[in-house]
Amino acid sequence: MSATLERALRARRDEGAKLLVPYVTGGLDEDWTQVLAAVVAAGADAVEVGIPFSDPVMDGPTIQEASTRALARGTTPASILADVRRAQVDVPVIVMTYYNLAYRMGDLRFARSLAAAGVSGAILPDLPLEESAVWEAEAAAAGVETILLAAPVTPDDRLALIAERSRGFVYGVSRMGITGERADLATSAGLMAKRLKAVTDRPVLIGFGISTPAQAVEVCMEADGVVVASALLRALLDGGGPEAAADFVGAMRAALDAG
Amino acid sequence: MTSLHPTPGMGEPSTSGRFGHFGGRFVPEALLPACLELEDAFRSAWADPAFRSELDALLRDYAGRPSPLTEARNLSRQLGVRVLLKRDELNHTGSHKINNVLGQALLAQRMGKHRLVAETGAGQHGVATATAAALFGFECIIYMGEVDTERQSLNVFRMNLLGAEVRPVSSGSRTLKDAVNEAMRDWVSSVETTHFCLGSVMGPHPYPWMVRELQRVIGDEAVVQCRALLDGGVPDVVVACVGGGSNAAGIFAGFVDTTARLVGVQPEGGAAIGRGLPGVVHGSASMLLQDEHGQVSEAHSVSAGLDYPGVGPEHAHLAAGGRAEYPSVGDAEVLEAFQLLGRTEGIIPALEPAHALAWVAREAGRAIPAGATVVVNLCGRGDKDVAHVAALLGRPTDAG
Ligand SMILES: Cc1ncc(COP(=O)(O)O)c(C=O)c1O
Repeated sequence: MSATLERALRARRDEGAKLLVPYVTGGLDEDWTQVLAAVVAAGADAVEVGIPFSDPVMDGPTIQEASTRALARGTTPASILADVRRAQVDVPVIVMTYYNLAYRMGDLRFARSLAAAGVSGAILPDLPLEESAVWEAEAAAAGVETILLAAPVTPDDRLALIAERSRGFVYGVSRMGITGERADLATSAGLMAKRLKAVTDRPVLIGFGISTPAQAVEVCMEADGVVVASALLRALLDGGGPEAAADFVGAMRAALDAG
Repeated sequence: MTSLHPTPGMGEPSTSGRFGHFGGRFVPEALLPACLELEDAFRSAWADPAFRSELDALLRDYAGRPSPLTEARNLSRQLGVRVLLKRDELNHTGSHKINNVLGQALLAQRMGKHRLVAETGAGQHGVATATAAALFGFECIIYMGEVDTERQSLNVFRMNLLGAEVRPVSSGSRTLKDAVNEAMRDWVSSVETTHFCLGSVMGPHPYPWMVRELQRVIGDEAVVQCRALLDGGVPDVVVACVGGGSNAAGIFAGFVDTTARLVGVQPEGGAAIGRGLPGVVHGSASMLLQDEHGQVSEAHSVSAGLDYPGVGPEHAHLAAGGRAEYPSVGDAEVLEAFQLLGRTEGIIPALEPAHALAWVAREAGRAIPAGATVVVNLCGRGDKDVAHVAALLGRPTDAG
């Protein structure tokens, strides 16, 4: 049960693959689990499922819009987890949400509900090292790997600590800022990856603003992989369904495989 | 001298920024170094006599402190309790918000930041921040919910006159909560050059502690003024309105180690203490209006400054320990109290402190025994609310 995510990602990396992890807001539309299936078929190595929160302070307009839409459909943490369980996704599933949803349910209960739905990892961006120890322990007890985030302003000593405590992979934030599509790749993205690679053997994935196959390829000159969220969600919000998601992820997969 | 209280006082929070179970630093990694830097900067500045005397001089010569403590004789006669008004509405910019902002602006300067971002509800904190930015020569961006830019439009124009850019926020409930979200999003992107000038005793550590310390001048003055007026005594009750809770924390800090009852008055539609549950939003754990899943609820109040679903963590702690109490009042009572003070004392209060007055008016002779002495923190003046109240009361303001 334990380290499902990290084992899977390390295995893929050992095969020489660059890791591709698309993000989908849970409950976005009626057919959202078909989107999950489509991105997996198109070559995702793991998928990130966002459980929408009313006040997503790390998210830009696209994920905010997706969150609002999903919440307006009556989506709850329980309904998303039930959908995930039914969907039988055959790559590791990671949940990303904000801490209050776990806090309200109770850390251990929340972690167990993730595990029961077959979720293997969790990202809680508003839990920095100083606040995450209790959650990390409860999550580990339930068999859920907690992925920690590092930011460009994180000093070296903190970076090493984050990499050490993180499970599954280490999530490097590409730039100082919130999620959202970007025309240009921040120069901080490559540096973030390089600094993390220097302190850890765990897979290092970079996210926030990775919008195009070319950007993904560029980041992966340093990083082991990328997390892609807003640009994919944009396609879905603009009316594209599972096929649009598959096209988007497929193009990224092809570019990463071609190097 | 009454330090034998079995209940919590208002000391420094723990190293993790906790007041009992509440507080903390629930921020993204990108902001954590800034929170640590701010804590260090504040700690050293607050212990530095040069910083303190510079701030004292600003508060005196620029903001007009100390604010008087006024006997409200007519109101007292009408209510049957002795009401003393702590007149922070007389400060430059019209509210207590300037106390906090001048301190944070000095600190920003010390940290080498040249851009301030802030959230605002009623616009008073935005106006105060824009004012300090003008004085210090900082760039200034104010986030304000669209609902609030409408009901407090006068303050939007004031901020513009002061050279600040007001960015209306159209997400969520389009009020204070969403303005905080947007200010935090700005800060994540700009933290290297920008200081987040938070307006209340909320947010991640060190803000709740720092803002309370910067507001404690209200309580420190009032306790001395009371002593002079009450033959060395202390009032029976100290009352303040609570949005995030900064004016309340400031005045409570002066009286927490006395026998005075401390009362923080919340709006009925935003009574995080009483109707909320423990939760984590905007950087700290506190009491929070939310649904069963943990989604934050929208608050509802006639007063933009109190229209917030959370409350500062130290208030949650004072409530849990029983040292302070947090009743609530409804919009109708507030509108009554807003008019009452004008008619009896010739003072038009802001809608926020009208909550404190409404509780006193309701409880005089009940929860407040007849003849008791009550200090009300009159933390803001009503100019900003006049047009809004006129509309609510169905009185046209442009009839000539
Ligand atoms: C006059 C006045 N009082 C009170 C408040 C609420 O803030 P706090 O509870 O932090 O004092 C505001 C906020 O805008 C205000 O303008």
